[in-house]
Amino acid sequence: MNETVPTHNIGGYVPMIDGPEKVSGRAKYTADFISPGMLAGRIYRSPYSHGEILEVDVADAFKLPGVVSIVTGADCDKTFGVLPIARSEHPLARDRVRYRGEPVAAVAAVDDATARNAIRRIRMKVRELPAYYTSHAAIAPDAVALHEKKPGNIERDVLFELGNVESGFADADLVREGTYNCAEVCQNQMEMHAAVAEFDAVRNRMTVYASTQVPYYVHLMLSQILDMEMSRIRVVKPHVGGGFGCRTEALNVELIAALLARKSGGTVRLMVNREETFITHRGRPETDIRLKIGMTKSGRITAVECECYQRGGAHSGYGVVTILYSGSMLYAIYDLQNVKYLGKRVLTNTPPCGAFRGHGTVDIRFAFEGLLDQMAGELGIDPFTVRRANYLKAPTFTANDLMVNSYGLPECLDWVEKESGWKTRKGKMPKGKGLGMACSHYISGASKPVNWTGEPHATVKIKLDFDGSIIVLSGAADIGQGSSTILVQTVAEVLGLDMGRVRVITGDSDVVPKDNGSYSSRVTFMVGNAAIDAAQNLKALLIKAAARKLDARPEDIECLGEVYRAGAQDKGATFEEVVTEALKDSGTITVTGNYSTIPESHGGKKYRGAAIGGTMGYSYSAQVVEVSVDEDTGVVTVDKVWVAHDCGKALNRLTVEGQVQGSVWMGMGQAMSEEAAYHDGLMVTANMLDYRVPTIQDSPPIETHIVESNDPHGPFGAKEAGEGSLAAFLPALTNAVADATGIRFNDLPMTPDRVFETIEKHRRTQSRGNGARADSNGGT
Amino acid sequence: MAVGYPQPKKQILRLNLNGRWREDAVADNQLLIEYLRNIARLTGTKTGCDGGECGACTVLVDGQPMSSCITLAVRCEGRSVETIEGLTEQGRLHRLQQAFHEKLGAQCGFCTPGMIMSAEALLRHNPHPSDDAIRDALSGNLCRCTGYVKIIESVRAAAEAVP
Repeated sequence: MNETVPTHNIGGYVPMIDGPEKVSGRAKYTADFISPGMLAGRIYRSPYSHGEILEVDVADAFKLPGVVSIVTGADCDKTFGVLPIARSEHPLARDRVRYRGEPVAAVAAVDDATARNAIRRIRMKVRELPAYYTSHAAIAPDAVALHEKKPGNIERDVLFELGNVESGFADADLVREGTYNCAEVCQNQMEMHAAVAEFDAVRNRMTVYASTQVPYYVHLMLSQILDMEMSRIRVVKPHVGGGFGCRTEALNVELIAALLARKSGGTVRLMVNREETFITHRGRPETDIRLKIGMTKSGRITAVECECYQRGGAHSGYGVVTILYSGSMLYAIYDLQNVKYLGKRVLTNTPPCGAFRGHGTVDIRFAFEGLLDQMAGELGIDPFTVRRANYLKAPTFTANDLMVNSYGLPECLDWVEKESGWKTRKGKMPKGKGLGMACSHYISGASKPVNWTGEPHATVKIKLDFDGSIIVLSGAADIGQGSSTILVQTVAEVLGLDMGRVRVITGDSDVVPKDNGSYSSRVTFMVGNAAIDAAQNLKALLIKAAARKLDARPEDIECLGEVYRAGAQDKGATFEEVVTEALKDSGTITVTGNYSTIPESHGGKKYRGAAIGGTMGYSYSAQVVEVSVDEDTGVVTVDKVWVAHDCGKALNRLTVEGQVQGSVWMGMGQAMSEEAAYHDGLMVTANMLDYRVPTIQDSPPIETHIVESNDPHGPFGAKEAGEGSLAAFLPALTNAVADATGIRFNDLPMTPDRVFETIEKHRRTQSRGNGARADSNGGT
Repeated sequence: MAVGYPQPKKQILRLNLNGRWREDAVADNQLLIEYLRNIARLTGTKTGCDGGECGACTVLVDGQPMSSCITLAVRCEGRSVETIEGLTEQGRLHRLQQAFHEKLGAQCGFCTPGMIMSAEALLRHNPHPSDDAIRDALSGNLCRCTGYVKIIESVRAAAEAVP
């Protein structure tokens, strides 16, 4: 009697399959591909914020011995951009420069020192144009348009009213309005941008190694920029040192590397430094929000009116999508019936923003949860009660047609309330200490991809050959979040095998199926479902082969992973024997698995762009933050965070915890210290000292709890885990500081100088006894 | 080899790299990280910033953690330099490497080599560090993925493991 049982791989604490490479220094990132004869690339960037290009003089640079080639805007008249409707950007500026640091020319030379020397010899002449560094300045009536097709410097405006906002406010017992400002923030992932491009002049083929989240989009844009058939291009994604949205579109770095390699007829490694990585940041735009909420005495929200301005930078990037998310994602967390949203995405003479973790949802959620907290205080009800009064009841569709099938928010709230000791401690903290809470949510992949081709949303291939090893082929880009580990776990689970039997190959367009990439938290949900499909297809083949070998009917075959048998008394056939039998049909086996979202998840048509926000499943998060505020120095210390995240089902508890903690912490950076600041368009915080990322000394313990609401469509019930917990931290922090000090901070980041100044101002006002309200719009 | 472009003066550098003595011709202005990555081809040590800000390039020089991106290679004449590659013995992971793997102290992995080298320097002189001591020792190493929670757990686990 065989005691074999299927191996289970889902739901435990599973270290990442590529962990040994990362901890031993063997993992290769793009800049680590060093080959003999390789040229070094460097970029010359515009010292002007806005101007018509009159001349780019590279003659002096070209005379320098060791310089092999120089490219300028004259070498490429094509544009790129992630959204097919907004491709306004040249890899090297032509005719006009629109922000300080925009690439204008690039050099390939025998070594890095020579390339840098050559860059110093390049000169450009421009006719300067007025430059706009704030949304307000850029939309002034007399402002010069950055792009001819975008009058008024509005990249996109969004306006919708669903329900009846006026009557909603009339039904409210309390109506409050607040204004909020969130500074521009950058992903600042640890790996600086780099690209290695190899041009084969004999065959006219291009290979590009790119530190990207979206190898397929890079492939598309390389084809467009190089005016080269896609079949002549190969994109390799090695290990990537983080992304957080910075790399969810093709960046000028990989495109310029390819232009240099082709012109040089060889291999170019283009490195950019940290300052340039900041300039090429595609971060979260500076956002101004005016928010008005109506509420009944019991905490029920009756109406919401929201106005949102985003300083998008000089090119669109994902901008159209960002401003739409900010409106649509007001929904799908609470039951809202009457909502009016006005959003404006503004073009300015600053580096282009993009899709930072929590894309489009974070600053809006900060405003929303802060105002809820303020209103709860005024009504004398508990902030938890306010959230509970507005729960959705899944399954449901929101007023803007978003499909919600699983909703673990109530369990999230219950856990953080209990574990933080909220009921006994809130309002009874010693002076200078406070507790705050807030909630947030996020999508598990956009249901409609930005490049709609009609293909399935995700495709996974599995290869099985004579050696009995299972090779999963996927285009999903592991950027450190652990998607390759999830793929191996998933396939092994379906087949009942140990993970050691399964290997995964990703990141080489010559080998793996196309994938849209790692963004909008789509991979576990979509690629995971495709992997399940592929593994089930493989299992069906193996069961058929086992039936033949055991002379039984396929429906009687039981798969135990390493053994297939026909009934409990049968000693069965080993996995290897079944594989050998299966190969008789076709030789090497390859199977395909697909996944497509269902039309019901595609959002509505009630306003233009209403599909943005549609997803198969929303994650939910609740947090409590405990702070100490030193009123004499303005220093805020986060003592502890409790976070509960509904990810549907934790396929890997270790990586879910890691993602949730990383999200909370990244929210902390934005709330407390991070800010991209400019002087005359020059980013003056473009290093890791002035752009203040929290160190290990500043970082609190984060008690992490996983809620499993088992989404009916998720792979084994899973939803996203990597973004949804970021947004709640920001308002939970400011709510905690309001609890500690009586002062509400509506402007971020709340750096010590701002906190100190605001507290001082508050003290002066109080000592004059004029009874000004305790709420403040921050220190600015 | 005749070259047509200006080359900085070079000298022979002799150092002990991960337990083995070696000699290389090194330019006077060459940084230790350039030597490690481009000449010794040990690319485990990473460049994460424009100079001394992030800690990703941390290596041990005579047992002390140093930022190899602001250290001249020639300053290491006659000294011992240890990189992340040197911790692995006969292909087996060192206890810190094992702990960072098992406890998810590494997500994207880019800060990991520097983080582990700083932690190694700590454990050599303080085998059972408190959480505060771990925070002190790693305060110059930035990580953008983990929020540091699992990094602290990893160092703690390594300290508890039998070396």
